[in-house]
Amino acid sequence: MKKKGTKHTAPVTQLPKCATGIQGLDEITGGGLPRGRPTLVCGGAGCGKTLFAAEFLMRGAAEFNEPGVFMLFEETEAELKANVASLGFDLAGLVRRKKIVLEHVHIERSEIHETGEYDLEGLFVRLNHAIDSIGAKRVVLDTLEALFAGLPNEAILRAELRRLFRWLKDKGVTAVITAERGREQLTRHGLEEYVSDCVILLDHRVNNLIATRHLRVVKFRGTLHGTNEFPFLIGEKGISVLPITSLGLKHKISNGRVSTGIPQLDTMLSGRGFFRGSSILLTGTAGTGKTSVAASFAQAAAQRGERVLFFSFEESPYQIVRNMQSIGLRLEPLVKRGLLRFHSARPTLYGLEMHLATMFTEIAEFRPAIVIVDPITSLLVAGADFETKGMVTRLIDYLKGGQITSLFTSLTHGGHALQQSEISMSSLMDAWLLLQDFEGNGERNRVLYVLKARGMAHSNQVREFLISHRGIDLVDAYVGPNGVLIGSSRVAQVAREKAEALTNRQETARRKRELARKRATVEKQIAGLRSECETEEWELRRVNEHMDERTRGLTTRRLELGGLRQSPRNANSRPQPTNKK
Amino acid sequence: MKTKTTGPRLTKPKDPRPKLWQLRLYVAGQTARSLTAFSNLKQICETHLKDRYRIEVIDLAKKPQLSKGDQILALPTLVRKLPVPVRKIIGDLSDTERVLVGLDLRAPPREKPMVKAEHNGVLF
Repeated sequence: MKKKGTKHTAPVTQLPKCATGIQGLDEITGGGLPRGRPTLVCGGAGCGKTLFAAEFLMRGAAEFNEPGVFMLFEETEAELKANVASLGFDLAGLVRRKKIVLEHVHIERSEIHETGEYDLEGLFVRLNHAIDSIGAKRVVLDTLEALFAGLPNEAILRAELRRLFRWLKDKGVTAVITAERGREQLTRHGLEEYVSDCVILLDHRVNNLIATRHLRVVKFRGTLHGTNEFPFLIGEKGISVLPITSLGLKHKISNGRVSTGIPQLDTMLSGRGFFRGSSILLTGTAGTGKTSVAASFAQAAAQRGERVLFFSFEESPYQIVRNMQSIGLRLEPLVKRGLLRFHSARPTLYGLEMHLATMFTEIAEFRPAIVIVDPITSLLVAGADFETKGMVTRLIDYLKGGQITSLFTSLTHGGHALQQSEISMSSLMDAWLLLQDFEGNGERNRVLYVLKARGMAHSNQVREFLISHRGIDLVDAYVGPNGVLIGSSRVAQVAREKAEALTNRQETARRKRELARKRATVEKQIAGLRSECETEEWELRRVNEHMDERTRGLTTRRLELGGLRQSPRNANSRPQPTNKK
Repeated sequence: MKTKTTGPRLTKPKDPRPKLWQLRLYVAGQTARSLTAFSNLKQICETHLKDRYRIEVIDLAKKPQLSKGDQILALPTLVRKLPVPVRKIIGDLSDTERVLVGLDLRAPPREKPMVKAEHNGVLF
């Protein structure tokens, strides 16, 4: 028994499954359709029943080596070949290699005349012959209900159908039977009555002018299965079902970093940029420079030699290339070198699933290291809110699984709280940068801050975001007593501060000079005083000398007088006479 | 007998008769039903097409690959290969009247308007 991938924790005795190979369906059904039993696929006109059946058969033949028989009641072999060829299947080749037998059963009621008892042994014989001729394991009957239109006797037909399904089971083939959706029951002719093992309902609904196909496993006896309605689409590579709710959180992670292409922004993210394989949300109102940041990121990555895939839902590739040239980003050479690829589409071009499928295809083909979606909000118009979230979840999971770094820009509308519309999306994101517009002083200024960045230290500061012809520049916003200043007021403030600083310097110089002058004055005064003092000292000395001389002179004179009075005895012992004088 | 039920609004019976009627009876194995069908057919041919018919019995149980050519679904099926247009009659041919109508040996009864039969011929 072939099983594809790892499945849920299923009991060992699980029903044997037959992998369809249809993208996503095997996930929902836990491995495929019930092996050896018939499965009923019902749905309205144009919801892809025949294609579903054809893909089941062709993938079985091509991928699982299980040959198949396609019994057509409505189309001819040539018609079917042409139809599936346009979807990328080489049915003719499979038929040539005897992997598939096409058996067209033509019934025309008007050609048939009923004359008594009969049965549908002819159908059995044909089917049996076809199965045995290639050893088929899979059978498709598309659409058995044509028998109801072709054969007049419904009683015989119903009895024979019951026998047919029994016979198919006994034959051990995995069968897919398609049927038209009925008004009150699953199928128009109540075929579900006979096929009780597995019923898959396909539906094609138009919502907001956009048609979306949905698939639901109504019944799957003996097994767990996803019961939700899953959107599916018919793309270039067949059907893909998008099992949004069966997502895993088992990505490998990387410690590697990717530069944002803006050095200052890297600095804000602990110096090295985003984690590789992380998902980054970039929100902002109109004209805040989201695309410019995204383009810088893209350019930096491409210049490092990494492949970048840019999904643009607003601008054409040429427009982006031209516009980014004005801010100094040269994207064209990178496009030419095959490192940067643009994929532009209008969001309303097709439904959400189709967008998602196209993106998957592009990603699988280009194998980028970085994917940019600009803006993810445009896709909101292509689907309901919850669908978009589911789609983004799916996309992020897919990208993370492949370790692809993804950057989503998101347009927030003015007037709303900035975080509001992203609530549903932000929880899916690893890093969130917010670009904001500030209006004041007759101008608008952009600021950027890192709202969150899982698993890394990041700056909590607002940076002013400048877009010039040299590219993007982040400037520290002025945070002062007057609040956060940006734009010209920041420049004015900076100028003011410069002027103030100059004044301060000049004042200091003046004070210094003053002080020097004062010092000089004081010193001069000190010198004057000192010289005065010296003069006085000198004079004092002179007076003293004079006094000494006088004293000496007096003494001499007294001695001389004493000598003259001839009283040498009393000359020294009698000082009184001087006092008396 | 042939013109017994022919009403005034019916077309003329086909007079320019072909030389040979080629009939092919598909069956699967020698079942009671296939044997009944064969004997019924034999009897009708003897009655209405004496010496002008040839019956080929194809047993799909032995040659299943032959079922595709005449788009056989129900069994037994009688196919009128000649004269053209090809006609198919399913069942064990026990309803002789219907067989005759189906083989164009008799105009259909009233509830089946003639236009339908003409239409058939044109279509095929």
